[in-house]
Amino acid sequence: MSLRPSVDAMRLVVPTLALTALLAAVFWLQPRAMSYMGLNLLFNLAVPIALATLAQMFILAVNNLDLSIGAFVSFAACVSATFLQSTPLIGVLILLAAIAAYAAIGAVIHLRNLPSIVVTLGMSFVWTGLAVLLLPAPGGSPPDWARSLMTTKPPLVPMAIVASVIIALIAHLIVTRSSLGVLIRGVGGNERSVERAGWSVLWAKTAAYALAGTFAVAAGIALVGLTTSADANIALRYTLLSIAGVILGGGEFVGGRVSPVGAVIGALTLTLAASFLSFMRISPDWQIGAQGAILIIVLALRLFLNRLERQEGRA
Amino acid sequence: MTHAAKLLQKPWIWAYLAAILVWILTVSVTGGSSAIGLTHAAFTFASFAVIVGTGQMLVITLGPGNIDLSVPATMTLAGTVALKVMAVDNTMILPGLLIAIGIGIAVGSANYALIKLLRIPPIIATLCMSFLVQSTAIWTNRGLRVKPPPALAEFATSSPLGIPNVALVALLITLGAWVLLERSLYGRWITAIGQSMAAARMAGIPVDGARALTYVICAVLASVAGYLLASFSGGAALNMGAEYLLMSIAVVVIGGTSVAGGYSNVPGIWGASLFMFLVVSMLNTYGLGAGFRMIMTGVIIIAVILLASRRQTSSP
Amino acid sequence: MTPDTAPPLIEVEQARLRFGAVKALDGATLHIRPGECVGLVGHNGAGKSTIVNVINGALTPDEGTLRAEGAPVERYGIKAAHALGVRCVFQELSLCPNLTVIENTRIVHRELGSGRGLGWRSTARRIIERSLDEIFPGHGIDSRATVGSLSIAQRQMAEIAMAFSDAGAPPRLVILDEPTSSLDATLAGQLLAQVRRFVDAGGSVIFISHILHEILSTSDRVVVMKDGNVVAERPAGGFTADSLFEAMGSVAKPENAAQARRDLSSAPVLLEQRGRGLPFRAHRGELVGLTGLSGHGQTEMLLELYRQRSGDWLPLRDPAVAFVAGDRRVNGIFHLWSILENFAVASLGDLTRRGLVNDSAVADKGDGWKRRIEIRTQDMNNPILSLSGGNQQKVLFARALATRAPVVLMDDPMRGVDVGTKREVYQILREEAAGERTFVWYSTETEEVCLCDRVYVFREGEIVAELVGEEINEANILAASFQGEAA
Repeated sequence: MSLRPSVDAMRLVVPTLALTALLAAVFWLQPRAMSYMGLNLLFNLAVPIALATLAQMFILAVNNLDLSIGAFVSFAACVSATFLQSTPLIGVLILLAAIAAYAAIGAVIHLRNLPSIVVTLGMSFVWTGLAVLLLPAPGGSPPDWARSLMTTKPPLVPMAIVASVIIALIAHLIVTRSSLGVLIRGVGGNERSVERAGWSVLWAKTAAYALAGTFAVAAGIALVGLTTSADANIALRYTLLSIAGVILGGGEFVGGRVSPVGAVIGALTLTLAASFLSFMRISPDWQIGAQGAILIIVLALRLFLNRLERQEGRA
Repeated sequence: MTHAAKLLQKPWIWAYLAAILVWILTVSVTGGSSAIGLTHAAFTFASFAVIVGTGQMLVITLGPGNIDLSVPATMTLAGTVALKVMAVDNTMILPGLLIAIGIGIAVGSANYALIKLLRIPPIIATLCMSFLVQSTAIWTNRGLRVKPPPALAEFATSSPLGIPNVALVALLITLGAWVLLERSLYGRWITAIGQSMAAARMAGIPVDGARALTYVICAVLASVAGYLLASFSGGAALNMGAEYLLMSIAVVVIGGTSVAGGYSNVPGIWGASLFMFLVVSMLNTYGLGAGFRMIMTGVIIIAVILLASRRQTSSP
Repeated sequence: MTPDTAPPLIEVEQARLRFGAVKALDGATLHIRPGECVGLVGHNGAGKSTIVNVINGALTPDEGTLRAEGAPVERYGIKAAHALGVRCVFQELSLCPNLTVIENTRIVHRELGSGRGLGWRSTARRIIERSLDEIFPGHGIDSRATVGSLSIAQRQMAEIAMAFSDAGAPPRLVILDEPTSSLDATLAGQLLAQVRRFVDAGGSVIFISHILHEILSTSDRVVVMKDGNVVAERPAGGFTADSLFEAMGSVAKPENAAQARRDLSSAPVLLEQRGRGLPFRAHRGELVGLTGLSGHGQTEMLLELYRQRSGDWLPLRDPAVAFVAGDRRVNGIFHLWSILENFAVASLGDLTRRGLVNDSAVADKGDGWKRRIEIRTQDMNNPILSLSGGNQQKVLFARALATRAPVVLMDDPMRGVDVGTKREVYQILREEAAGERTFVWYSTETEEVCLCDRVYVFREGEIVAELVGEEINEANILAASFQGEAA
C-alpha cells in the first residue's frame, strides 16, 4: 500500500470531516450523548437511510436518477409489516417481484432511451398507491427476526454503527471488487468504451436497477424492524435524503463516480445532522432549511476542491 | 386529409378526449344532475394545476434534466406571506399580489444562480432551494391561519360569468404563455435550447439569459398559483403545494409536451389538468380509494411517455 | 520472420462502404501478414479510420470479403475480432476515466473474470503492470490510480499497454491510430521499439501516424490510401518522405487553383488571436482557411473565436460573428423545427416587432434565400429532416449568411456534401467575400482550402504554417500537416 492518497480517498475526506465535526459538536453540546445509549439514539434511523442511499448510488452510477426510492422503500416496509410477517412465503415472493419490476424499469429506460427522472416519478405514484392499498392506515407489525436483528445490542458499539459498517463493506465488495460493479461504473464513465469491449450495456443497467431494488427492499425491512409499524408515507423523504447522501459522500451525478463507503458516511452524516439541529435548539421551522443549506455548502465545497484538483493536475 | 383526421394529429387532442371520456363515465354513474357541478369543480381545481403546470412546461421545454422541484415550496411561501401582508385588508390585495410575484422572482433567480454557480443538475439545485423556501414558509406561517381579504376570497371562489374566476385567470395566463411560446423571440429561444443547447449557443441565442428567465417565470407562476389557492381555500396551509409537485409534471407530460425538451404544448395543459381532476373524481364515484388513484396516475404518466417515445422513434 | 507460406492474418478484399453520399471505402484491399508492421498513411478522408474499423469489427462493409487466416469469415464483429487477437488503440481516449487502470483492464479483457470470482483484480494488475513495465520501463504509473487522474501521456501509455497485454486471448494484430501524438520523444521511442519487438515475435501491427519518419523507420511495408482506396503499397525502404507526399496528393490539379487570390493585408484586421504557435489574424473581406489533419485544434480555435464574440446572457444588438456547424446533428440543426425556423433562428432579432416574431418578414426572407442558395424543397415549412444532408447544410449556410454578422466562422461544413452543392456554395462564398464579409473556413479538403486567400495549417493544437497566395497548394499543406523530419 502506498501512502500517496488516491483520488478516491480524497473524495472521502470531505464527508468524513463533516461527520467528525458534527459528532464533535453534538458531544460538546450534549456530553451525555457520548455513551452507548446516546449513540444508539443519535444513529437510530441510520441503517435504513444508509441502505436507501446505497440503492440510489447504484442508479447514479449509471448516470440515472431515481425519484421513486422513497415510495419504494415505503412499499417494501408495508409488505414487510404485513405479508412478510403473516405469510412469509408470499411476502418474499412479492418483494422478489418488486425487485424484478425495478430491474425491468431499468431495462425499459435504457431500451427506449427514456428520461429516468420522469419514469421513476411515475413509478413513485405506483409504489405509493400499492402501499396505500396494503396499509390504508398506519399499522402492521415487523417480522420477529427483523425486529430482533435491528434491536440487537452488540457489545461496545451500538447496532446502528455495526450494521452500517457491515453494509458499507458489502456494498464496497460489490461496487469496487466485483466484475459487475466495475462494469456498472464503466457504463457510467464511458458507455461507448464498454460497448466497444463487447459488453452489454443493457445488462449492466438492468443489474444496477436490480441491485438498487434489492438494497431498497432491505431498507424497508430494516425500517419496519426499527419502527415496529409501517405506513404508506413512512419513507417518502428518503428520495431526497438518498440523493443528498450519495452526493455528500463524494458521488457525482454523472460519470460513474460513486463511493459506497462515502455514501454510507453521507447517510450517517445526514442522520446525525437532524439530531444535531435539534440539539442546537434550532427551531424545528428551520430544520428542513438547514438540510438544504448543508447540501448547498457541501456542493460548493466540492466544486472548490474539484477546481483545486484540476489546477494541480494542470501544473 | 379531413378535419377530423387532422385534429387527431394534434398531440393535445388525446388529453381532451380522455377528459371527455372520463367525464361521461362519471356522469353516467352519478346521474345527469351532477354534470354541471362536476364541470364547475373540474374547471376550478384544474385552474391551479394549469397555472403551475404552465411554468413547469416552460422549464421542461429547456431540455432533459430541467425540472423545477421548488414549485410546491414556492406556492406555500407566496401564499403564506401574501396573506400575512394583506392581513385581511381589502386595500392590500394588489400589494399582496406584487409581494407574491416578488417572491417568485427571488426564488427563480436563486434557482438559476445555484444551477449556474454550483454546476449541479437543475433538479438538485431546485431541491436544495425548496428546502430553504419551505423552512421560510414554516417560519412565517407559525401555525397561524390568516384569512384572505374578503374581496379576494369572494373573487377566488365565485363565478359571475358562469365560469369560475380562477379559471379565467388561468385562461389569461395560458393565453399569455401561448403567445410567448409561439410568437415571441423568447419562445423560439427556449424551444431551440431544448432541442440542442450547443446548436442554440452557436446560433447566437443567449442561452444563460433565456434559461434564467424561464426559471423565474416558472417560480412566478407558482407564486401566483399559491396566492390564488390560498385565497380560494380561505388561508394558506403548509402542505398546500405538496400535491402540485407531481401534478405539475404530470399535466405537462400528459398534455403532449416532449419530456426530452424542445417541444411544448399549451392547450394540452388544460386537457391534462381537467383529465387529472376528473380521473380522481371518477375513481371516487366508483368507490375506489386513494391507492388506486395513485397507481392510475403513475401508470398513465409512464404510458404517455412510452407512447411519446414510440412516436419519436418511428418518425425520422 | 515468419515464412511467406503462412496465410495472412486478415485480408480485406475489395471493400466498399458508403456513408450517405460519401464513399468511405471504394474497393480497398489490405492484407496483414503475421510478423509485419504496416504503416498506413493518407490525408483526411482517405479511408484510414474506416478500414481500421472494418478490421476491428466495428463496421461491416457494404461489399467485399473478409478472410481471417485464409478462411472467409461469415459473422465478423467486435467479439470475433477480439477472439482473433485484434486490439485497437484509438486516437481519442477510449478508457473509462472514472475507473482505475486495473479496472479498465478488466473491461477490455472480457475473458479475465471467468471463474475467478473476486480474484480477477490481482490477475489484471499483474497483466497490465507486466505490459507497462515491458513497454515503458520506469513509467511511474500507479495501476490503482483512476485513469482520469493520469496525465494525457500516461493515459495513452496505459491504453497502449492494455492493447499489448495478454489475458488469455493473446494479441496478434495491434492497431495503433496516432499513438505517439501525446507522447514525448523518449516514450515514442519506447513504443516504436515495442512495435519492433512484437513484430519480430510474429505479431502484426497497423501503424497510423502523421509523423512520417516514424512510419518509415518502423514499418516493414507502407500503404498509402486516398479516396477510400489503396493507391500505393511498397516496402518502407521504397518510400521517402517526399515520395509519400507525392503519393498522398492528387494527381490532377484542382480546376480552380488558378482562381485569382486577393492580397488583403492592408484591409483592417477584424479578428486577432494569439495562442501557441503563429498568431492568427483575419482581415475584412478575406477568406481565411484553417487546415491540417482533422482534430489538431482547428475546431477548438473556431469555438473560442465564437465564444469571445457572442453573448450568453443578453442578445447582442449587432451580431459580431456567425457560425456554420460541421457536425450538423450536434451543433447545427434543430431537428424538431421546419426549414424556415431553422433558417431564421439566428437573424430573428431583426425580424421581430415588439418582441413578437414577424412571420411574413421571416417568410419573405426565407423565400429570398431559398432562391439564392437553391434549397430544394416544395415548401420552407417542411420539417428540416425532410431535406437531404447537402440541403440541410445549405440551410445552415443561409442561416449564417442571413445575419448581419461581418464575420462567418465555418467548421468544416462541407463534410459529406455532394459536389453540386459544394460548387453552388463556393460561388456564394466568393460573392459574399467580395462584399467585404470575412470568412474563417476550417476545411479538411484541399480543394476548398485552395479557394482561400490565406491559409493557416494546424498541427498538434498550434498553427505551424501560414500560406499566402501561390504558396497555397497541396504539397505545402501536406508538408506542414505531417511532420516529415525528426523533431
